[in-house]
Amino acid sequence: MTNFVVLDPTNETKPATRTLLERPASVKGLTVGLLDISKPRGNVFLDRIEQKLSALGATVIRYSKPTFTKPAPVDLRHEIATQCNVVIEALAD
Amino acid sequence: MSDTRPLLPDGLVIVVKRECATCQMVEPLLESIACDAGPLTVFTQDDPAFGASVGAVHDADLAVSWHYDIETVPTVLVIRNGRETDRTFGWSRDEWRRITGISGLGEELPAMRPGCGSMSVDPDLVDSLRARFTDDTIVSRHVEFSAAEDEFEAMYARGWTDGLPVVPPTRERVLRMLTGTSRAPSEVVALCPPDLVELTVEKIAINAVMAGCLPEYMPWVIAALEAVCNDTFNMHGVLATTMPVGPVIICNGPGTRAIGMNSGINALGQGNRANNTIGRAVQLVIRNVGGGRPGEVDRATHGNPGKISFCFAEDEAGSPFTSLAQWRGLPEGTNAVTVFAGEGPRGMVDQLARTPEELCRSLAESLIPLQHPKLVIGFDAILIISPDHGRIFKEAGWDRDRVLQEITALTTRPGADLVRGANGMAEGVPTHLKDAQLPKFRPGGLLITYAGGGAGLFSSMVAGWANGSVGSEPVTRAVGS
Repeated sequence: MTNFVVLDPTNETKPATRTLLERPASVKGLTVGLLDISKPRGNVFLDRIEQKLSALGATVIRYSKPTFTKPAPVDLRHEIATQCNVVIEALAD
Repeated sequence: MSDTRPLLPDGLVIVVKRECATCQMVEPLLESIACDAGPLTVFTQDDPAFGASVGAVHDADLAVSWHYDIETVPTVLVIRNGRETDRTFGWSRDEWRRITGISGLGEELPAMRPGCGSMSVDPDLVDSLRARFTDDTIVSRHVEFSAAEDEFEAMYARGWTDGLPVVPPTRERVLRMLTGTSRAPSEVVALCPPDLVELTVEKIAINAVMAGCLPEYMPWVIAALEAVCNDTFNMHGVLATTMPVGPVIICNGPGTRAIGMNSGINALGQGNRANNTIGRAVQLVIRNVGGGRPGEVDRATHGNPGKISFCFAEDEAGSPFTSLAQWRGLPEGTNAVTVFAGEGPRGMVDQLARTPEELCRSLAESLIPLQHPKLVIGFDAILIISPDHGRIFKEAGWDRDRVLQEITALTTRPGADLVRGANGMAEGVPTHLKDAQLPKFRPGGLLITYAGGGAGLFSSMVAGWANGSVGSEPVTRAVGS
């Protein structure tokens, strides 16, 4: 029996292994970015998160996407990456 | 992998096979041709001993036959300075006399006799010959399954399928698929969402093989992918939304009949290869090349079965209306795809309406609840009129604009009934619209098409996703070659 060979249907992009930074012990003194994806009442939720983070000593910067249906523009992503130390990644609907 | 084109000696070259009765008939002439018409080289495809009297060469790997496009045996080629300058195939006494310059050639033979198929175009051999002799333009990584592995299970295990089995994309099958398009395998068709990867014709062909497409579907698959992979259709959003939508593909033009698409009985359902595999190929590309998978970027709450494939043709010949593609701005008779971010279809029964006014009333009342009875303008829809319903419009002389005008009027309601909180329902339009008169659909937001079997006083409708710049716009594109 011979081996069976097929052509790869995927994009063949193997991301280089990237390790996450050490999780900080505290957010005190760090800059945290909160991105509003522009869904209704998302701002109410993020207002509360901002209060909590500020109470812990973090500096909070708020951003928003033009629309929740499309990915964040490249410039916005770049802005967040250069201005923040910490990103909170979460998804809800 | 590619074998180069063999060079042929100057003079006459004749390609034959013993299995062909016409070749056997002309075999006795070969010696006199060799004597009287200068250098002669004979290639035999099957029996190495055939044509032995003139020292025939066995074209064992069919390289000569393949590279010189021999479709029929016998074929006579004239080679001058290494290049073909003339050819004839089959037996035509006049042609053979002209090409050999022997005036009395084959006097005892009939004036004409057709040849037989060349082994190089034998359907059982042609794929492996193409794989062996085609210049190696394939650049995709080869994935090797061990002999002990079941290739179908191996493809499931690698996450390449939509949950149904896929055809293994061997090099032979992918090269055959590529014969369906004139575009180069390396050509980049689009940036494929969600990962925004360069999508080549070759990757499309691989996924089209897996979906079960025939090569002649390739231009349609390519056009549909061009139509969805852009910011206007917003395939990324269609994938990422929690709503149950996917690309619905409506095909127009004479090409739909040429590739055997179904616009009749069960047009939206199972059973037709073109309908089901074109839509499936698009979704497999989004999954495998774009990286869009359920549970990852695809966040649909429920999804719908049409996300495996939802593709059909419009019955233009029977339609009382201009074609959908024409209505959307393409010249009449253009092969085209229209893509729409839609849910699964739902039926509408009206077996008693006999006038267009009655029928439009039923259609309007059935269109209003799509997504939510109190949500208007923000969602488009497709309305698929059946032949039995279409006849009512045809007999009354109503065209598409007349139907749209009627449905728009019948679905226009006071904002006070639609605002949030009205009728005890929290959902609705913003309260500042309470004094407006609001139609269900924005202008151009109801796409009327015509398909279905000849019996059944039903129509079908497909609700859309958020429209406009915040969501998805329908896109219509001509199908290339």
